Amino acid sequence: MFSSPTVRVSFLFVAIALVALVFADVAITAANPWKDLGRFFMGIVTPDFFSSEGVALALLRTVAFAFVGVALGGLCGFVLSLVYRNPAVRMFCAFIRAIHELFWALIFLQFFGFHPLTGVLAIAIPYAGIFAKVYSEIFEEADPTPGRLLPPGTGVVSAFLYTRIPDCWVQLRTYTAYRLECGLRSSAILGFVGLPTLGFFLESAFSQGHYSEAGAMLILFYVLIATMPLWVKPKLLPVYILGAPFFLGEGLPIVWGNVERFFTQDIIPSPLRNGEGMGGLMPWLGDVMATEALPGIWNTLVLTQIALVATGLIALLTFPLISNHFGGPVRRTGGHIFLVIARSTPEYILAYILLQLWGPSMLPAVVALALHNGGIIGHLIGRQSSAIDLRPDAATGFNRYTYELVPRVYRAFLAFLFYRWEIIMRETAILGILGIYTLGFYVDSAIQNIQFDRAMMLILVTALLNIGVDALGRFIRKKLALQTMPTC
Amino acid sequence: MALNIIRKLAAASAMLFACSAAVSAQTLVFTAIPDEDETKLVERFRGIADYLSENLDVDVRYIPVKSYAAAVSAFRNNQVQLAWFGGLSGVQARSLVPGSEAIAQGVEDQAFYSHIIAHKSTGLNEAEDLPEALRGKTFTFGSKGSTSGRLIPEYYIREAFNEAPDDVFSRVGFSGNHTRTLRLVEAGTYEVGAINFSVWDKETKDGNVDTDAVKVIWTTPSYPNYQWSIRGDADERFGEGFTDRVQQALLNMKDEELLNSFPRSGFIPVSNDAYAPIEAVGKQIGIID
Repeated sequence: MFSSPTVRVSFLFVAIALVALVFADVAITAANPWKDLGRFFMGIVTPDFFSSEGVALALLRTVAFAFVGVALGGLCGFVLSLVYRNPAVRMFCAFIRAIHELFWALIFLQFFGFHPLTGVLAIAIPYAGIFAKVYSEIFEEADPTPGRLLPPGTGVVSAFLYTRIPDCWVQLRTYTAYRLECGLRSSAILGFVGLPTLGFFLESAFSQGHYSEAGAMLILFYVLIATMPLWVKPKLLPVYILGAPFFLGEGLPIVWGNVERFFTQDIIPSPLRNGEGMGGLMPWLGDVMATEALPGIWNTLVLTQIALVATGLIALLTFPLISNHFGGPVRRTGGHIFLVIARSTPEYILAYILLQLWGPSMLPAVVALALHNGGIIGHLIGRQSSAIDLRPDAATGFNRYTYELVPRVYRAFLAFLFYRWEIIMRETAILGILGIYTLGFYVDSAIQNIQFDRAMMLILVTALLNIGVDALGRFIRKKLALQTMPTC
Repeated sequence: MALNIIRKLAAASAMLFACSAAVSAQTLVFTAIPDEDETKLVERFRGIADYLSENLDVDVRYIPVKSYAAAVSAFRNNQVQLAWFGGLSGVQARSLVPGSEAIAQGVEDQAFYSHIIAHKSTGLNEAEDLPEALRGKTFTFGSKGSTSGRLIPEYYIREAFNEAPDDVFSRVGFSGNHTRTLRLVEAGTYEVGAINFSVWDKETKDGNVDTDAVKVIWTTPSYPNYQWSIRGDADERFGEGFTDRVQQALLNMKDEELLNSFPRSGFIPVSNDAYAPIEAVGKQIGIID
């Protein structure tokens, strides 16, 4: 068994996670975690849709920010994808997508403040980086034959529009639609830092223990995402995209002097700003690294590795729920609902809920990351497993699972898992804002202390860590010859 | 088709930049640090907005924010001109906005104090000094930028134990605000926490505290706290003497219901100098550069 490289890599990662578990802070510290969890589920089953005047408006804003952010990100990403072969563009895109939407929002909040542009750019910038990468991958895989058949003298633009685009159209459309769903989730969590989207009200309701109100908001959010195929129609898209900017809310006016100040003063390391020169910079950098960056990196890595393996376990355990090789339609419907809920709930919201219920430790974060990401991968390989034809006399039950299906989907499963490695790490860092001591915790602390130089330095460290893990993930996928379509 | 969509996208994004906000120059926007449950804050400050707009003849608008730093940044960025700050956030904000002034504080804010509260499972009782038995317990502050929920309690913890809170306690958290600190310690999620006396008293009086589950075990010496601060360019923007008029309006506030919502018995004049002790402590702990 150990002669197979996929098995060896799997066990290596399980071993790393077990070692990480020794160092991790995993505990339920709440005195009555089950009582609170019970109250929360009571809230979900007794939703109160009319308690807060703001909910309908928050949903509208959530949709508006998602549309404008994704449209702008898609447009810029499309342009960037055309020149993606340029290494500088590649690096630039890797960098902007390595910084999470919430970090972008925290940055823009410092100089645009509560202007709609903050939320729009927080979504558009990282999404542009992701779109650029995925669009360029799609273009690369397009069939070159139609291009070769064009008469000499055909312009580059015409050639591109008439040979590449039609060939890639379906994939471009599918992926863009998929990103829109991601955009709704991103938009919702921006509320947690003060933008007028769903997260704003969800946080308020939750922190005050108004579970029925919070339950209603979550249910509306699931309905919004589950019904997307019904209301996001190609013909209506222009209406939505043109209309969305008018529903972002007014916010507060931008004072442009703040932008200049932010870039020329706030983010300049304080020793340089105070004229201490290079001599003062080194001790400052050393201090940031030793007291904040290194502990943050350590906790981020520990949590990421545990969450990665937990995600894998959840995916392997849940994919049979929707596979048509097991159970009847009732079970499969139940499985679908469970997986839709798991993958529609942003990790950030899940982690927030579990932290409130179980108390602070890495455990809520691990469970949240595993449920959300495991839900996505479970859904994908579950669907894939349904397409497998088994012999009529194939084993049934547990043997069918272990000997027939898992080996057949295992490579795809690993491909998805390593693809999501970097995504899990990006989320792990951001969960620090909720009080787990990952990099986000130190970024948030620096911002709370109005030390933006420190915050930017730590965001930079986070981005580099992400780029590193992304490269490692790609290396492993290449080594094991694993192929995958992108997921968000 | 693709071009068509691209064109539409471009038009949409152009429109986004065109439709910027329409807050008139004559609107006074203010905020407050989110130190308590949001519903309470919105209720309280909507009342204040109405009161101020009646007394000042300008539109007054309150915007809620999600963190102390967001309140400070909004003030610094001139998106709000007036703010109800804590001691520390006020010092931070005024050092970032030259000419800004503390104009009024609550009567109670001259000598404010914080409580250390503990869950019953700790078996701790009220004492004169911080008990050694606190070592190894789990502990929660309020917000990272709070004066009464973080700065002052941390100062006295460091003084008593000669160590940083991280080393004294087995786990240190930041609940976010005072109401949540109370709920977390009451539920036993954290064994010990720091809360300001004003929220504690109000919640106890309103019967929102299970006094069997949580009690006060220590109280800090007093220090200056909350205050209204206004930007230095307010007169330039709203007309000569505007700062004085805002100050007068705050000092003249006699509406029982409004004052109770803080809760404060009234507002009195104050100056920036009153917060020098807070600044000194902030620097000592490293929260202020």
